[in-house]
Amino acid sequence: MDPTTTHPWPLPTLAWIPLLPLIGAAINLIFGRWLPKRAASWIAIFAVGAAFLLSAYEVFGPLFAEYQAGRGGIGIAQTVYTWIEVGSFKAQLGFRLDTLSAVMIMIVTFVGTLIHIYSTGYMAHDPRYRTFFGYLNLFTGSMLILVLAANMPVMFIGWEGVGLCSFLLIGFWYENEAFATAGRKAFVVNRIGDFAFLLGMFLLFWATKGHQGGASLDFANLRDAAVVGPEYVKGLWGGERLAAAAGILLFIGACGKSAQIPLFVWLPDAMAGPTPVSALIHAATMVTAGVYMVCRLSFLYASSTTALIVVATVGLLTAIAAAFMAFAQTDLKKVLAYSTVSQLGFMFVAAGTGNSTAAIFHVGTHAFFKACLFLGAGSIMHSLEHEGSHTPGDIMTMGGLRKRLPITHATFLISCLAIAGIVPFAGFFSKDEILGGAFGVHPPGWPEWYGKLLWAGLLIAALGTAFYMWRLYFLVFAGDSRSEPAKHAHESPRSMTGPLIVLAAFATLAGFIGFPHFEHIELPSFMHALSHWLEPSLTHDWYASGQPGVQAIAGHESDATTLLLMGLALAIGASGIAGAYLLYGRGPSKTVAELVAGRLGPLYEASKHKLWVDEAYDAIFVRPFKALARGLFEIVDRFVIDTVAVNGAAFVIGILGRISRWFQNGNVQRYLVGVVAGGALVFAMTDCRHKATFDYKIVGDQIQLHAEPGDGIDGAAASIYWDLDGDNQKDTVPGNPNKLLDQRDVTVTGYNGPITMWVVDPITREETKVTRTIDLNIAAPGDKPDGAQGVK
Amino acid sequence: MSDLIWNIGYAHFLVLAAILFLIGMIGVLIRRNALIILMSVELMLNAANVTLLAFSRMWGDLSAHTFALIVIAVAAAEASVGLAIVVAVFRGRHNVEVDRLNTLRH
Repeated sequence: MDPTTTHPWPLPTLAWIPLLPLIGAAINLIFGRWLPKRAASWIAIFAVGAAFLLSAYEVFGPLFAEYQAGRGGIGIAQTVYTWIEVGSFKAQLGFRLDTLSAVMIMIVTFVGTLIHIYSTGYMAHDPRYRTFFGYLNLFTGSMLILVLAANMPVMFIGWEGVGLCSFLLIGFWYENEAFATAGRKAFVVNRIGDFAFLLGMFLLFWATKGHQGGASLDFANLRDAAVVGPEYVKGLWGGERLAAAAGILLFIGACGKSAQIPLFVWLPDAMAGPTPVSALIHAATMVTAGVYMVCRLSFLYASSTTALIVVATVGLLTAIAAAFMAFAQTDLKKVLAYSTVSQLGFMFVAAGTGNSTAAIFHVGTHAFFKACLFLGAGSIMHSLEHEGSHTPGDIMTMGGLRKRLPITHATFLISCLAIAGIVPFAGFFSKDEILGGAFGVHPPGWPEWYGKLLWAGLLIAALGTAFYMWRLYFLVFAGDSRSEPAKHAHESPRSMTGPLIVLAAFATLAGFIGFPHFEHIELPSFMHALSHWLEPSLTHDWYASGQPGVQAIAGHESDATTLLLMGLALAIGASGIAGAYLLYGRGPSKTVAELVAGRLGPLYEASKHKLWVDEAYDAIFVRPFKALARGLFEIVDRFVIDTVAVNGAAFVIGILGRISRWFQNGNVQRYLVGVVAGGALVFAMTDCRHKATFDYKIVGDQIQLHAEPGDGIDGAAASIYWDLDGDNQKDTVPGNPNKLLDQRDVTVTGYNGPITMWVVDPITREETKVTRTIDLNIAAPGDKPDGAQGVK
Repeated sequence: MSDLIWNIGYAHFLVLAAILFLIGMIGVLIRRNALIILMSVELMLNAANVTLLAFSRMWGDLSAHTFALIVIAVAAAEASVGLAIVVAVFRGRHNVEVDRLNTLRH
């Protein structure tokens, strides 16, 4: 659609998608205190629901038409106004809806709406109900800005917005010190990533400055620079490629948002927030931002093998490490948090193997089953809390909830099957896509087995995932109840179970749009809908040589291999479940206790303590940083600012005040001293006494002289002597050679030469001599005394 | 030096006026008795008169005498007002030390 098209509303249609939740947030945050609870939640739900409907209209209406016309990668671009314009650089507050962002806004608004509805039940008794809904809306709105952004600065608005909202919501119950700390931790860790994101953005700006049309941060232009010109493979830092530097920096930003090694530490602690927030963070907003950004910039990563390998390797390590950490956790939400970190690792492996379709596919399916899991966890904890449990999240105190929470159990079961990768649930297909893509990838200049290594690592992570998720499932639902509250738990209200059912349905069905491509087996086209849909927005070829389209990143496997891989993935998932059943099928077993006490003791401890990452960060970064802050506080703040700057300034002012108080004492005589001294000073400093001189006037051949002897007593009463004949002697009065000529006005006739005047001080007899030459023929034009009109 | 002493000219008048003025000024600045201050002001005014007359003689122009007469008249008026204030203050406070007339300050 032409950006200049007139719109039925004062703003472009796309702008309304993020704006609706933002308006909802503004209403709830500003006017919330005067709103009844019901109105507050309805406004919030309506805002997100309307955004969802508007998104659906835009995606299935105009964008679908564009897609069918072959312009799905260009999509719809709309500009609100020019935000920054500096020199040739121009950043517009613009939005772009292409097939990639379409998938994201559908997920965000749909899952977001369900979570909003769920929150009405979960947060029903919270005193800051309205604020909560305001924050939720703000969160959704920020994420929508991030997803719809047409250029990187606008994306950064959303990027920071979700960071802020995560801080606000994780620390929502800030009365609890630990929760507030968790919020701060999320914020600070995210800031580290944001800094790298900014640097990457600047580097891209710098990289494209030679591109036609000048430097730009618009995604379309950036992509153009990758496809048309070799802008990203220019030399930087001794042959290393620019794309690698920018890609890795941006990936560090993604690490912060999407909780990858080394910045994943905030996400498990983010469980401090209310459960719907966890669901929102883990499923719809925030953590998917990093994956989305990497996919959005797939052209950039395609330009650098190094960056892709960094992304894939970090993703793999995170997937395995987080799965390992989840084994020994006993908190319901902590297990889910580590599973999210692990699943995000899967997504980054997909993005790092050029398999962005699979990454987005997994974002989508993961959004459904993880939201369902979190909301289910919230439902479980809600019911236990209702029965008076003080540790509602401790899975060791649960058990036997299958019959008491039937709906929650059913939806949780479906989601556990999905995340474990069991046919035909959604997780199987998306995870299989990732595994298959990793299996076939072969980066230029790297050994063939690199892809196989990724694949094997992911299989281990998948095995771990199936195991710990089903350990969780069995501990919560199977066996006998291990605490009083668990024995009396009741199902949650309908506002909470409703979203669970919808999410479970999607977690079951969403996988069917992403079947792998076979060579010989024909599948209905809707089974490839997602990859076809995303095709135009993503890059699947290596640009690393500076030439696009040389070679597809993802490898191509035969049908047999593909099917074999699928079977293997399924087997891995099933064996993980089987292992969990053997160990935890009837609650905590003696076998487990023996293993933990015996051979697996160290491993269990390592998992329980999350590989001591928090402790290591504390020792390496937090403590030195705190010590530095303390030192700065003592030296800079306490001494330099407080003592020198603040108290010092006050001290100086005080001294000055004491001095001026001595003058300003109301004693008129003292003021007079000031006046007199000041007057004297003015006389002394200004050169108001002009020097002795004389001026002249030429009338015919006559020179009329007038003495200007200067000021003061010596001027007023001085004797003035003249030499009017050039003999350098004082002239005498005509007719009396003993008396010197002493007068102020004299006249000379017919004389052309130097004239000298003596001024003699009447008291000291000091002589001042002034000599000027007056030429009757050359009237000196620049001579100072006035009246020098030479008559010729 | 003898020339300076015996050969009396304009400069002597001006120096005299300056000395008178300085004495008056110092009196105004350092004395605490309102009466003495008034007298010192008179001294300063008369120093100005002397200057006026000296210049008048120097330039051979009598108009400065007019100013001198006006100054004398104004000085008389000022002295009467000033003395009246001093008398009034003395009646009220039995004291004309300007340092102690500081009620407004507190």
